[in-house]
Amino acid sequence: MRRGLFLPIAATLGFAFLYLPIISLVVFSFNESDLVTVWSGFSTKWYGKLFADEQMLGAAWLSLRIAFFSATFALVLGTLCAVALVRFKRFRGRTVLAGTVSAPLVMPDVITGLAMLLLFVGMESVLGWPAGRGIVTIIIAHTTFCMAYITVVVQSRLSDLDLSLEEAAMDLGATPFRVFFDITLPIIAPALVSGWLLGFTLSLDDLVIASFVSGPGSSTLPMVIFSKIKLGVSPDVNALATIIIGVVALGVVAATIIGLRSSSKVKRA
Amino acid sequence: MAKKPQLAIDTRPWRDPSAKPFVRIRNVSKKFGDVSAVHEVSLDIYKSELFCLLGGSGSGKSTLLRMLAGFEQPTSGTIEIDGQDMTAVPPYQRPVNMMFQSYALFPHMNVEQNIAYGLKRDNMPRSEIGDRVAELLSLVKLQDYGKRKPNQLSGGQRQRVALARSLAKRPKLLLLDEPLGALDKKLREETQFELVKIQESLGVTFIVVTHDQEEAMTLATRIGVMNQGEIAMIGEPHDIYEFPNSRFVASFIGSANMVEGIVTEDEPDHVRIRSPELGCDIYVGHGVDCAPDQILWWAIRPEKMALSREKPETLNGANVTKGVVEDIGYLGDMSVYQLLLDSGKRIRVSQTNTARGNPDAITWEEQVYVTWGDSSGSVLTV
Repeated sequence: MRRGLFLPIAATLGFAFLYLPIISLVVFSFNESDLVTVWSGFSTKWYGKLFADEQMLGAAWLSLRIAFFSATFALVLGTLCAVALVRFKRFRGRTVLAGTVSAPLVMPDVITGLAMLLLFVGMESVLGWPAGRGIVTIIIAHTTFCMAYITVVVQSRLSDLDLSLEEAAMDLGATPFRVFFDITLPIIAPALVSGWLLGFTLSLDDLVIASFVSGPGSSTLPMVIFSKIKLGVSPDVNALATIIIGVVALGVVAATIIGLRSSSKVKRA
Repeated sequence: MAKKPQLAIDTRPWRDPSAKPFVRIRNVSKKFGDVSAVHEVSLDIYKSELFCLLGGSGSGKSTLLRMLAGFEQPTSGTIEIDGQDMTAVPPYQRPVNMMFQSYALFPHMNVEQNIAYGLKRDNMPRSEIGDRVAELLSLVKLQDYGKRKPNQLSGGQRQRVALARSLAKRPKLLLLDEPLGALDKKLREETQFELVKIQESLGVTFIVVTHDQEEAMTLATRIGVMNQGEIAMIGEPHDIYEFPNSRFVASFIGSANMVEGIVTEDEPDHVRIRSPELGCDIYVGHGVDCAPDQILWWAIRPEKMALSREKPETLNGANVTKGVVEDIGYLGDMSVYQLLLDSGKRIRVSQTNTARGNPDAITWEEQVYVTWGDSSGSVLTV
């Protein structure tokens, strides 16, 4: 095959594979028909219907709050973990920590969810906390698995960081505590931002683990959508999905631009 | 060529046994696991000195510097700076600043913020910081670059920012880790000159780590040659080159021809060494601490020998040997001749090219005589 043709064809196929489903979803969210797969004309009525759906909006708000708090807690824990792994080459249990921190990455969600559920039930009967399952238990469970991803992201950035930068700051009179906030943190900031976004997305996306650890009245957005689809797909889900895709796309573009800028700076430095 | 800090003969404090050293390193050792990086080093450095630690990679020179800065703790021994024991003082409380080999400029701060960083940690008033930064920028001739980020500077400019930043707190002692290592040759020569000028005008004590002997020779008031974690020799550049104390120093600094010999005459005013390797006797015109029949080494620099076609007149038939020109390296100002002696030993002799296009110059495959003065070489017992 000529090289001139191979590349465009491969690229087209690749993009089609990735984006045709999304495009069709966006297109059908503007469908007038009650039937999801039959096009009958342009309309925004499903958007109107979506914003009148209390259950859906409530679930979306719940999911956003869970995603925000899980990503934030996971960022703090994951960064601490990454600093411990990169900066301290020798401490008791380092190998165990390095091995187990990435375990949630490869663990099936079903197992993580089940394990979490068992833990929470056990804790409730022994400690009396958390009382029942709801937003708190979902946040704890999401923090646990997001932390693994964030540790990996921050760890790789930290190990690229020139140690002599921190030594130079210390040499100029900064205590180790100051060094962390003045030097280390600003330089790894892009990794923190992308780590947080990753955690946020993962949490927003999760259906399986949340199903295990949620309680009555705390159904997340993926759970609500999934239960609706079981009864037949309604086009307002398309509208919701389109909005989410739009927000995520904006977020990704913004993060990419920020990341590109700061990484090109660091590379030239 | 850089000019050394001008110290009159009578102000060379290391020649005065009653002078008080500024930095006093006593029996310092550093082990990383089982590996001994620095072994029992003792060293005195005096105020306003520009002291060079010279050695190959893995000689322990950088580890010693990092112990002075406080980034490493000595396994044993003590370090005193200005009469104060520094062993337990953390780096951020030492009156010492360091210029890093990688410069370690903070990439997210501009030049002014980089220079001001140490001053802010001292809680210096804002207006004073501004003045100090401006003063330092003009010292390193970067007045117009204050607002630039490190990635917008050339290598030479970054090096000057790093120097300004390390001088900002007016440290009593400045440590420089391969300060010119990342610059190209031309820039390095200019910067050497500037570095010495700055050192002289501020009167700060500099300790410079380098693997470049030419740099050490031009910069230093004194040099400490390091080998495998130990100090092999401490001395003024002149002493280190002309009077090396060991075979290691003689061959590490510059180039040297080294031969083995056996002492045949040991008198208070002269020594005679028979060297089959060299194919002649060596007559040394001063007393040497050795015994008859002792095997020792004799080293001579290529420029301390002379070539001739005719056999020259010499004392007692010593200090002259002959060989065949095997190779000639033309360096412009001088030529290096590699001679093959009868014993199979090769030696190098360099001659200044005083005449232009000399048709009568010594050429390949010629048999020539080599001769030297009776105090041109060094007798080495270790």
